[in-house]
Amino acid sequence: MYNSPQRTLKQSIDWKLVICYLVLVLIGWVNIYAASHAAEGTAMLDFSVRSGKQFVWILSSLGLAALILFVFNPRLWEVISVPTYLLVLVLLVAVIVLGVEVKGSRSWFALGPVRFQPAEISKIATSLVLAAVMSRPGFKLTKKMDLLKVAATVGLPMLIILAESETGSALVYLGFVFVLYREGLSGWFLVAIGAAVLLFILTLTASPYASVLTLIGMTGLFYYAHTGKLRRWPWMEGLAIVFLAFLPKLLALFTTLAPMTALAGICILMLLWLAWKALRTRDNALWLTIAAFVVGIALIFSTDFIFNNVLQDHQRKRIEVLLGLKEDPAGVGYNVNQSMIAIGSGGLFGKGFLHGTQTAYGFVPEQSTDFIFCTVGEEWGFFGCLVVILLYIFMISRIIIDAEHCRESYTRIYGYCVASLIFMHLFINIGMTIGLVPVIGIPLPFLSYGGSSLWAFTILLFIFLALYRQERKYF
Amino acid sequence: MDASRRNKLLIGLGVVGAILIGKLFYIQIVDDRYKRDASNNSMVYETIYPTRGVIYDRNGKIIVGNKIAYDILVTPREVRPFDTLALAAALEVDPLFIREKMKEYERSRSRIGYQSVVMLKQISPERYMKFAELKYLFPGFEGQVRSIRDYPVNAGGNLLGYVSEVDADYIKRHEGQYRPGDYAGKTGIEAAREQDLRGEKGYHIYLRDSRNRIQTAYMDGAMDKDAVPGNDIVTTIDADLQQYGQELMRNKVGSVVAIEPSTGEILAMISSPGIDVAMLADIGQHYNEIASDPYKPMFNRTVQASYPPGSVFKLVNGLIGLQEGVLRPEMTYPCNNGYAYSSNRKLGCHTHRSPLNLKEAIMMSCNGYFCYVLRSILENKKYKSTAEAFDKWREYVTSFGLGNKLGSDFPSELGGNVPTSKYYDKIYGKNGWRFPTIVSLSIGQGEMGVTPLQIANLCATVANRGYYYIPHIVKDSENVRIDDRFREKKYTLVDTTEFYKVIDGMYLAVNGGAGSGGTAVSAAVPGLDICGKTGTAQNPRGADNSVFICFAPKDNPKIAIAAYIENAGFGATWACPIASLLVEKYLTGTIREERKYVEQRVLDGDLMSRVKTD
Repeated sequence: MYNSPQRTLKQSIDWKLVICYLVLVLIGWVNIYAASHAAEGTAMLDFSVRSGKQFVWILSSLGLAALILFVFNPRLWEVISVPTYLLVLVLLVAVIVLGVEVKGSRSWFALGPVRFQPAEISKIATSLVLAAVMSRPGFKLTKKMDLLKVAATVGLPMLIILAESETGSALVYLGFVFVLYREGLSGWFLVAIGAAVLLFILTLTASPYASVLTLIGMTGLFYYAHTGKLRRWPWMEGLAIVFLAFLPKLLALFTTLAPMTALAGICILMLLWLAWKALRTRDNALWLTIAAFVVGIALIFSTDFIFNNVLQDHQRKRIEVLLGLKEDPAGVGYNVNQSMIAIGSGGLFGKGFLHGTQTAYGFVPEQSTDFIFCTVGEEWGFFGCLVVILLYIFMISRIIIDAEHCRESYTRIYGYCVASLIFMHLFINIGMTIGLVPVIGIPLPFLSYGGSSLWAFTILLFIFLALYRQERKYF
Repeated sequence: MDASRRNKLLIGLGVVGAILIGKLFYIQIVDDRYKRDASNNSMVYETIYPTRGVIYDRNGKIIVGNKIAYDILVTPREVRPFDTLALAAALEVDPLFIREKMKEYERSRSRIGYQSVVMLKQISPERYMKFAELKYLFPGFEGQVRSIRDYPVNAGGNLLGYVSEVDADYIKRHEGQYRPGDYAGKTGIEAAREQDLRGEKGYHIYLRDSRNRIQTAYMDGAMDKDAVPGNDIVTTIDADLQQYGQELMRNKVGSVVAIEPSTGEILAMISSPGIDVAMLADIGQHYNEIASDPYKPMFNRTVQASYPPGSVFKLVNGLIGLQEGVLRPEMTYPCNNGYAYSSNRKLGCHTHRSPLNLKEAIMMSCNGYFCYVLRSILENKKYKSTAEAFDKWREYVTSFGLGNKLGSDFPSELGGNVPTSKYYDKIYGKNGWRFPTIVSLSIGQGEMGVTPLQIANLCATVANRGYYYIPHIVKDSENVRIDDRFREKKYTLVDTTEFYKVIDGMYLAVNGGAGSGGTAVSAAVPGLDICGKTGTAQNPRGADNSVFICFAPKDNPKIAIAAYIENAGFGATWACPIASLLVEKYLTGTIREERKYVEQRVLDGDLMSRVKTD
């Protein structure tokens, strides 16, 4: 097994990933300078302004990266993962009491001039622990106990972060579902999450009636796909849905019966019949379908409740603006509107470095942190955006491919965690600046201003590089 | 696990990447709506400023209202060559001022861009009308209506407080609440009730064309927001009393605070010299003048100055002695022009007959008597040491609201100082001090400081026979609720019955009649049953401070008042007539004919030259 010669230092590191990292960090720095330049009008290395401070963060990040790659034994991470994780949980709870309040959420610790967010370290700690838990011999996601362990590992920090009202950071934890999928979780989980989001949006934008119809269609598709008779779906159910879609008009012609009541009646009759059928034929797939339908109905009818009672005011407004339910150009809509104007005005090649007007004159809020992508879009245009997104996609896919090459499941699982976290940040952050996702304040990895986030992502990435390097050295 | 899941995830990644890029392609290249928006800066928000809430006195009289003023705005990009002299004449300013300003705009044109800047602030409607007639001659110049404060009653700048434009620091301290150009209350009532008074801003949204001209109201004004005016405030102040007090305090340095004992409502609060209300509306213009005044008119003495209370503090010592059982009203002590607290040192007293009982000692304000009182408190066998007895004493004193902030709703209140035994331990060493060391506390001198508000509250406490309500300046009304703490009786550690014994002395001090030895006989007004106590507090900077507290009538008191006049000599000379005139005015509405000469003497009195300034 150990017949291949040990690779040299140079060979054992994935330099392409390192270079990709460096380029992204550099792009971030240049754009932070551009975003704060007009307001402050100073040199790039002036340490009283953001670009100068970011330079310090970058240098210290490189130092951290070197330490992780060359000094620490990669075995260290697996060993300290559990204690670190527990410590982070304590910090996450402590910050609710001891933290300072920044923009409505208590998630920052302030130590003199330095502020840091335990939620950032928690991503790293959760990834390390998740990899440790899932790489134990005999671990199988199909076992109930194991699934429960995983759910607790990810769910615990997520819930505490939700309690800090850092919804954005908590949402990122949903990304771990991809890791679980890779490690054997049923693909239907992903489908179910997607379906739930779709129903939620549909209920808010269209009507509960349309949502129920969609639910009928989706559960039907699920059943036929599961039993391998997909071709029969249009005939068995498709026609029924078309009929139901016209039912409200028909009812209005002849009766005063509310369409929803009629639909409810039909559904109950159908369900009873299906249940009876399932009982007779012992058709498990059918039982599952019925269960999915009932859960779906529960979701549709609790949508209003969740939307009005569970979500906080500003979250509700952001979703309303995104879905076009309300226009609010002065309030919540302002950010998105200005951010889209900034990006849209960039055109193909952008206005050029330091020539952006929208971001530089403060039309876009939070322009060097959460909205840094606006500066990229405005000054470097579609071309610049393309480069940045391709760099991210290259980085994520490279991590996934590297991870797959590893023989140790620990490294592989950790790699998937890193890829998923970067992916979630990328999608939510850029999606928000171009109006695809509601405004959720999370940073763009490596680009956004701020030491806390840059350090966290650097550590996250370089632990993977160190683990991977060890694999390459010996295998 | 097979590679298919990896591939599915990679495909998913590709799809999401494509969605992001697709949407970017759409907004950056296909749809040119965003480009047009960017070159136009699209929507223009015009702020509508709310009118601030009106401040009323307790009788429904407006003490702070609003009036209209105009700001002159310039949009430098729209200015065409114009006749500077004509504009200067229309605006009633120096032509040089306009030239200067135009040059300044020229220099910072890149920063200003298409925006408008304020050239002149708060000009009166009369002045604005002159300009408005000629406005067509001066494109780029515009008037903007603004509502500013108006002061129909001279109720004093320190009490009312001023409103001014927020600065960067203020915006930072109130994150997310203010933007540059907003106004906020900075001191006094304006600051205390800023949240109620400020109201909510609104805005109009306009669309702008590529030449920066406002085209239409965005969505026909459907998205506009109206300004919400601020809530009106009803204060506990009696405007007439406040104004009369201001007049009496003219040319004197000090404070007068009047409280309604049965509610804790502050009836008048005068810090002299104060800021004239005429300067308040546009405080920025007068700021230097106010800041450089040697008498520090910005300094609100009523809540911020810490003075030794002087003889009025004898009441507290007497009450503590009674409660502790070491003093009985009939006990007499000798006084031979003072009290010798060591073989060769003596705390002096004025000449009066001797010996005296408690009632007489209060009436004649005998220093010697109260040295004996404090001594018997501190040398009480009940306690193991002087320090322990002293701490007990301090506990009593603080229960009168001294030594700590009272917690009034008036901003920037200070708490004064009542020393602790630890403080003396530190100076003299543990057990290194005895009663003689701190003998001056017997008569309210030495290491203690109280604010005039606290002295007035002490007076209200005595008037109530043992409790007080935290003094406050805002009355509860439908829109503006006050905190429950203002409705709660705060009891002292001294029983109600003890207070009657002290009040008898206060009654005699005023109503003993000429020749009785009462220190405040000049305050007597027939029928009003004023009870009072004079004080003369040493001032290291020149002549003694003159102090007087009184309440009236003796039963069911309606007003308790404290006057503290710096460098004015005996309590009876200045503080006493001022306080008694205010009581008379408040209770009867006028000043009796035979007391007119007192009023005239006070109004004519000018003590400013006695006050040392640096």
